[in-house]
Amino acid sequence: MNSKAYSLFLKDFKSELRTRYAINALAMFIIVAISVILFSVGNEKISASLTGGLFWVVIFFTAMSGLSRAFVSEEERGTTLALQLVAAPTTVFSGKLIFNIILVFAMNTVIAILYSAMFDAFVIQNFLLFLTSFVFGNIGLAVSSTIIAAIIAKAGAKGTLYPVLAFPILLPLILTSVQLTLFAIDGISFERAKFELAIVVSYDVIMLTASYMLFDFIWKE
Amino acid sequence: MINYSLEASGLNKSFGRRLIFNDLQFKFDKSGVYGISGPNGSGKSTLVKIIAGIIGASQGKIFHKLDEKEIAEEHIHNHIGFVSPYLVLYEEFTTYENLKLFADIRGVKFNQERVDYLLNKFLIFKRKDDLLKTYSSGMKQRVKFIFALMHSPQLLILDEPTSNLDDEGKNSVYEIVKEEGQKNIVLIASNEKNDLELCDDTVYLEKYKN
Repeated sequence: MNSKAYSLFLKDFKSELRTRYAINALAMFIIVAISVILFSVGNEKISASLTGGLFWVVIFFTAMSGLSRAFVSEEERGTTLALQLVAAPTTVFSGKLIFNIILVFAMNTVIAILYSAMFDAFVIQNFLLFLTSFVFGNIGLAVSSTIIAAIIAKAGAKGTLYPVLAFPILLPLILTSVQLTLFAIDGISFERAKFELAIVVSYDVIMLTASYMLFDFIWKE
Repeated sequence: MINYSLEASGLNKSFGRRLIFNDLQFKFDKSGVYGISGPNGSGKSTLVKIIAGIIGASQGKIFHKLDEKEIAEEHIHNHIGFVSPYLVLYEEFTTYENLKLFADIRGVKFNQERVDYLLNKFLIFKRKDDLLKTYSSGMKQRVKFIFALMHSPQLLILDEPTSNLDDEGKNSVYEIVKEEGQKNIVLIASNEKNDLELCDDTVYLEKYKN
């Protein structure tokens, strides 16, 4: 199953390099979102805690602009049937998930680097805690985005439905990740952040399990 | 001797209140060419999609058996080849790339010899390295046949197989249907008289409307 999922990921990767369906949308959105925040802040000095919150706002809306492509592009091009004919549902979900995890990590690393360069107040005191929350937060974001993309792919108003459906599902993850980022900015120890870390890890496990259980029903019309 | 069988038992499909077919029964356990016929909207495409495991039936069940053992739903795709006008392959890849990536995703070895044979059979060998988006609709239809046949499936499902094809393409399809029908089960869903003339037995869907 793993090699088949990897082959599907490679197909998506090559396809993305040729069509630039998601990369362009994500890159433009990152630049626009950070620029808008910069312009709106102007010469005001914003607090470190506010930068932590805004960091995840940029991540959430950037994810909404590009991560649905995993299934929406297949549906729009009419290639869903071809995939249904060559792979089991778990293979399809795994392949799409690998692609989205890599895309989320690349996208959020770029956001983090640009964000650090643009906002002086965004200084991480406990880098290890930030890195841990970043990793688990990204995994949760990728898993949720992938299953929501599968759900909305067959709907009519995909563009509207995706953020609307994603918001309540991602809310626990985003809130906890914001909290963990604030802890990392304040230099709070791992020990004091373990409750929030447990929430993020639990969220990832629950979403991953639920996604694999649900995907068969979503994939079959 | 074929060891594959396809059986429909009490199959019913409705979309909302609209009944498509009811109590549909058939069993194909010998190699040959079988037809599914009916007027437009009678449910031919719906039935072949149910057989291929793409959509579910409202009631009843389709049994795919290999050596008398039922094939698990998640493995059915490995035994099926499917061609239809609404099947779309990846236009940003060449024919060869498409076939290679589908073999990889399916988890089977890319059989270069068979692919080359099929490319020659369907007269597109010279264009195998061209992007699919540069093909005409008839040429795309030919590629779909290669996609369906490259893994040597025991059940070949053809929904309106000759649509978009010129006479040369139709002849290639008829040759392949006869060839495959000798050793495997070929299912043709069509209204075309020429397509149905190839069939040993035909299921008429209008009989299953009540």
